[in-house]
Amino acid sequence: MWAILWKDLLLELRTKERVSSLFVLALLIILVFVFALTPEQLKQPAFGSALLWVALVFAGMLGIQRALILEQERNCFTGLLLCPIDPGQVFFAKFLSNVFFLTVVEAVVAPLTLALLGLPFSVSLLGLPLVLLCGIVGFSALGTLCAAIAVRTRAREIILPLMLLPLLVPLFIAAVHVTGALLAGEVWTGTWFRVLVAFDVIFVVIGWLTFGFVVQE
Amino acid sequence: MTQQTQRTQQAQQTQETQQTKMNTWVVEAHNLHKTFAWTPVLSDISFRIASAEVVGIFGPNGAGKTTLLRLLAALLTPTSGRLTLFGSASSELAVRRKVGFLGHESYLYPDLTPEENLTFYGKAYRVPDLKGRIAQQLEHVGLQDWRTMPVRYFSRGMEQRLSLARALLHAPDLFLLDEPDTGLDPRAVSILHASLAEAKEQAKTVMLTSHDFERTRELCTRALILHRGRIAWQSEATLPSPQEFVELYTACTR
Repeated sequence: MWAILWKDLLLELRTKERVSSLFVLALLIILVFVFALTPEQLKQPAFGSALLWVALVFAGMLGIQRALILEQERNCFTGLLLCPIDPGQVFFAKFLSNVFFLTVVEAVVAPLTLALLGLPFSVSLLGLPLVLLCGIVGFSALGTLCAAIAVRTRAREIILPLMLLPLLVPLFIAAVHVTGALLAGEVWTGTWFRVLVAFDVIFVVIGWLTFGFVVQE
Repeated sequence: MTQQTQRTQQAQQTQETQQTKMNTWVVEAHNLHKTFAWTPVLSDISFRIASAEVVGIFGPNGAGKTTLLRLLAALLTPTSGRLTLFGSASSELAVRRKVGFLGHESYLYPDLTPEENLTFYGKAYRVPDLKGRIAQQLEHVGLQDWRTMPVRYFSRGMEQRLSLARALLHAPDLFLLDEPDTGLDPRAVSILHASLAEAKEQAKTVMLTSHDFERTRELCTRALILHRGRIAWQSEATLPSPQEFVELYTACTR
């Protein structure tokens, strides 16, 4: 598992494609909304929260697609499957690498978004990294699984978002609600946060258990 | 007392002989079938391959050679039938550690250097003394001077040589090669053949698909012809001459 993680980090250090493209896309999405909405609208927690997650979902999708392309070139994914590594461990390695890259991007994009939206930094925002991490974990688990299915199909670039986006709806709704409550300084650890955590647990376990079947040709 | 000891020794010897025989079967395929989207690709494939055999699989395009090798490499699962490698299911991790696969594609990351690619595969296979082994393999395939250049800039022949180093890095006991000499320059072909001869000397088991019987004949101890997903012919103890083989091949694949 560590060998795959080491290789993914090395590939990113060599190409610098994944983090940079993710960062640029996330920033562009936020800028488009900043220009499109009025300053009053931007200061509403509901808008800020939705904007943060729209940027994360689309940038994350690009990141997962990029990872897919790297594995697909020279059919390296097959080389990975030839290795004596348990498929569950392959899933965890790919999942952790997706979590890592998205976290790196979000660590820059989230504070920048809050600053651009003019939202005040307050004590209540201390929970934001945790909520973002929960969202990233669920997104990466589902994204890794869908990418493994899509990599075998001919129209993989289209199949991936078509599969991933509808399945992400519960995560997206929960994450927007929790982040909205956080930005508004309200209680955020209620039902929606539990939905978010449940989504993470469900898809990490499903990914780990089913990856071996999914990657079979 | 002496008779009892003799009987015990005989029983032990018989058991050991049976055990040795069982251990010598590297590959056992029984009634294998593989279908893709209801189209049969392999049907009724049965064969056994002992340790230290070099088996050439011949057949026209679409005969099922690659599918058979992919089944053996656990990249595919049979639709029905039984397949064991070293007495266990081919998908078992301990079995996969003993198998080396050289396919049509190199499975090498183009943005990584040969050293980095081999380090990744070496770590995945838990190769002991990895640095030394990598240096040895790169020297073996004549790429030691290119060890820090990204694979993206390699020619087809160089990439295939590196792929050979990748497949042999963990010193597999069963080496599967899918048309390994396709598109290679003479130097790469000679390196490949030297590697196969070395594997043969070391009593490793090799299975390779090829279109060129004449060139692979020297290496093979056995041959089989696949046609339309079935074994059309299997060689006996001795291989036929190239001329006889051409006649056989023509008759089998008509």
